[in-house]
Amino acid sequence: MTSVSASVSIGHTVSFRSILREWKAVIGYALIGLVSLLVFGLGTDSGTSTSFAISRSDDAIQVPTFSVAALPVTITFSLILFALAGYQAWAKLRHTTVGVWLPIAFGVAFMGALLTWAGAGRGDTNVAITGMLVSGVFLAVPLVFGSMAGTLCERSGVVNIAIEGQLLGGAFLAAVVASMTNNAYIGMLAAPIAGALVGMLLALFAVRYWVDQIVVGVVLNVLVIGITSFLFSTVLSDNTSLNQAGAQIGAEGGVIMQSLPIPLLSDIPILGPVLFDQNALVYLMYAIVIFFQIMLFKSRWGLRVRAVGEHPMAADTVGIKVNRTRVRNTILGGAIAGLGGAFFTVASGLAFSKEMTSGKGYIALAAMILGRWNPKGALLAALLFGFADALRIQLGVIGSPIPSEFLAMLPYLATIFAVAGLVGKSRAPASENIPYKK
Amino acid sequence: MSAAEAKTETPEGSERADEARSLLRSVVESNGLVVFLAIVAALVVGAVLVVSADEAVQDSAGYFFSRPGDFLSAAWTAVTDAYVAMFQGSIYNLQASSFSGAIKPLTNSLTFAAPLIFAGLGLGVGFRAGLFNIGAQGQVILGAIMAGFIGFQFHLPLGIHLAVAVIGAILGGALWGFIPGLLKATTGAHEVIVTIMLNYVGLYLLSWLLSQASFQVPGSGNPKSPAVDTTAQWPKLLGDDYSLHWGFIAALLAAWGVWWLMERSTLGFTFRAVGANPAAATKAGMNVKLAYVLVMVVAGLLAGLAGATQVLGTEKALTVGIAGSIGFDAITVALLGRSRPAGIVAAGILFGGLRASGPTLQVQAGLPIDIVLVIQSVIVLFIAAPPLVRFLFRLPDPRLVKEVTA
Repeated sequence: MTSVSASVSIGHTVSFRSILREWKAVIGYALIGLVSLLVFGLGTDSGTSTSFAISRSDDAIQVPTFSVAALPVTITFSLILFALAGYQAWAKLRHTTVGVWLPIAFGVAFMGALLTWAGAGRGDTNVAITGMLVSGVFLAVPLVFGSMAGTLCERSGVVNIAIEGQLLGGAFLAAVVASMTNNAYIGMLAAPIAGALVGMLLALFAVRYWVDQIVVGVVLNVLVIGITSFLFSTVLSDNTSLNQAGAQIGAEGGVIMQSLPIPLLSDIPILGPVLFDQNALVYLMYAIVIFFQIMLFKSRWGLRVRAVGEHPMAADTVGIKVNRTRVRNTILGGAIAGLGGAFFTVASGLAFSKEMTSGKGYIALAAMILGRWNPKGALLAALLFGFADALRIQLGVIGSPIPSEFLAMLPYLATIFAVAGLVGKSRAPASENIPYKK
Repeated sequence: MSAAEAKTETPEGSERADEARSLLRSVVESNGLVVFLAIVAALVVGAVLVVSADEAVQDSAGYFFSRPGDFLSAAWTAVTDAYVAMFQGSIYNLQASSFSGAIKPLTNSLTFAAPLIFAGLGLGVGFRAGLFNIGAQGQVILGAIMAGFIGFQFHLPLGIHLAVAVIGAILGGALWGFIPGLLKATTGAHEVIVTIMLNYVGLYLLSWLLSQASFQVPGSGNPKSPAVDTTAQWPKLLGDDYSLHWGFIAALLAAWGVWWLMERSTLGFTFRAVGANPAAATKAGMNVKLAYVLVMVVAGLLAGLAGATQVLGTEKALTVGIAGSIGFDAITVALLGRSRPAGIVAAGILFGGLRASGPTLQVQAGLPIDIVLVIQSVIVLFIAAPPLVRFLFRLPDPRLVKEVTA
């Protein structure tokens, strides 16, 4: 489209483009609303119904499953989408900014339309809302840790593409240490060591030897994949006792992190199971996000880190040790990503396998950018990816007219749209990927 | 950053250095020595891994202090077994009865090298224009889809069929490069993110296509396409006994073409200028945005040719794993070759050889192919950091501080 407009006279192009840029959020929302109305609204047979299950079978407070007439609900959700697009347009005209609630509400309404449409006329198959949300939060865990690691490194001016390797290293070490000590928690505590080692290598090459940070990151990922896969095929396959994570599911002291429901809070319908009936790694994740959100933007340490990432020379002039800050942050970030790696083995109850992180580190990187280099934003973006993944699994269960491969593409396509449209104005730390040389 | 800035760091009195030292210095400064030492260092790291995983070594380590000789000989055996297997699997098979059998591993290495060279050339063009394209994997997949589909679906005369299939692969790869290029130019979307995402989209697209009956062998239901017609296959280069096909020659021609594009053409000059300093290129009247789009299209079409090499030459049918890890290996190939065509050809052959040695390594030395990944990445890490190599091998500091950028 735009390449065509480029060949038109220049005066028109500029104004057309600038209008497009100004209004792209509104246009995007309206288009998605239209798709929802056409596909989910008009695509639902009238007279069919969709049944939703709120409670899981073992919840203390049982909410009965209920069923709704599908067609009115999908149309209502689609109209809500249009209303939200209209609100965005109204805010645009009044030059006010809309809070983060709007994209969230938009996402919820879109998911509602999609699930109602997919579950219409499926008889006894319920759309398990709580189950879906629980797995959404759980699937977001490595992404949250990874994007937090990326934020800490990049805020100090070091691009961390090696998140993938840090996650994988953490997953490996957690599985091995947990199997050796027969304790999942010791495994979890060991995971950050592997991530920190990868972070140390990144800092060595990027800060000490000024190698391009993206190059080091990509190569370190290959290195960690190579080392863990090699050790998996040799040492771990010779001594299977070293790779026992999840082997004793349910047994007392088995090598898996059991979920630790918080009394009372976990009994709240929907919210309880989603937020307060998870394992220790998830609670640790809440703490880390809150801690770094405050530390980065409200503490002296955070101010210094951001100064180093934005204008290292100015930071150096006032006596901040630029390279020392970068090395420390890179290692700290690596350790956090390593901790997130524990998710794949001891927290999920799976034995280590080759390349088991399967690109989650790169998705975490996308979550960090989508979250605008900000712990809070990174958390929301990671949750978005987690829910998209959970939605795919849920639609696979209830059966959907869309092939599962296309559903699997959704988070990636959403990221492309988000990076191209929504994040246009956000800006990376200024001195990212520039070595500081006195 | 720049050479001018680095020059100010010249140690005092280096001009008065004596002849012997300056000779040594010129050797040290050469890229060749750094590359050689990086490979040596990588082989040492690989050896440490092999030793640490070897059972005989682990047993003898238990009584290391009473009989250290056992430990050392076990370690030596493990390491030499591994590297002899690698040599035999990738260059020359000493056990073969005839010369034609003995050079078979070398031809296998060149077969593995062809797609790596294609994709590496594409990434190299991107790197020199300042675009970090991680999307070669997706571009290879799209190229393979198009080449494979044309190969088994259409039935055209000899010659034309191959040409049409290759053009299809070029279009597929170019499309997958065009998207991130266009988004970068129009919205400023970061190419690293968009290309990573498109890799996954391409992979899921391939696996969906292979779940459709029209992409499967009739009646089989397996996610594997029918074999491409012989009219669409790259002809064999050395007869049917060898896997080497004309795709390798095409890769060499592409390397020459990329050299001409980057060093001799106006477009290549624009690419390099944009890579060196986009602001200056804009001031000089160059269309930087158009250059971004064109760079990504060129990168994509070269990666698409890598896909064509795989499906029309090596595998001869479309599978989910058709692209293997070519797109990611090509990143290291381009980095090792310093984004220059000749360097990429050499690096592609080196990494093709490492890949080709996999089966022999497994059978003769009982080692998984993953060790190749370790050696590959350590080579690139060391080459990217010449000061580290000099530190490790106790070489004197060169006059200029060199650095590597993507």
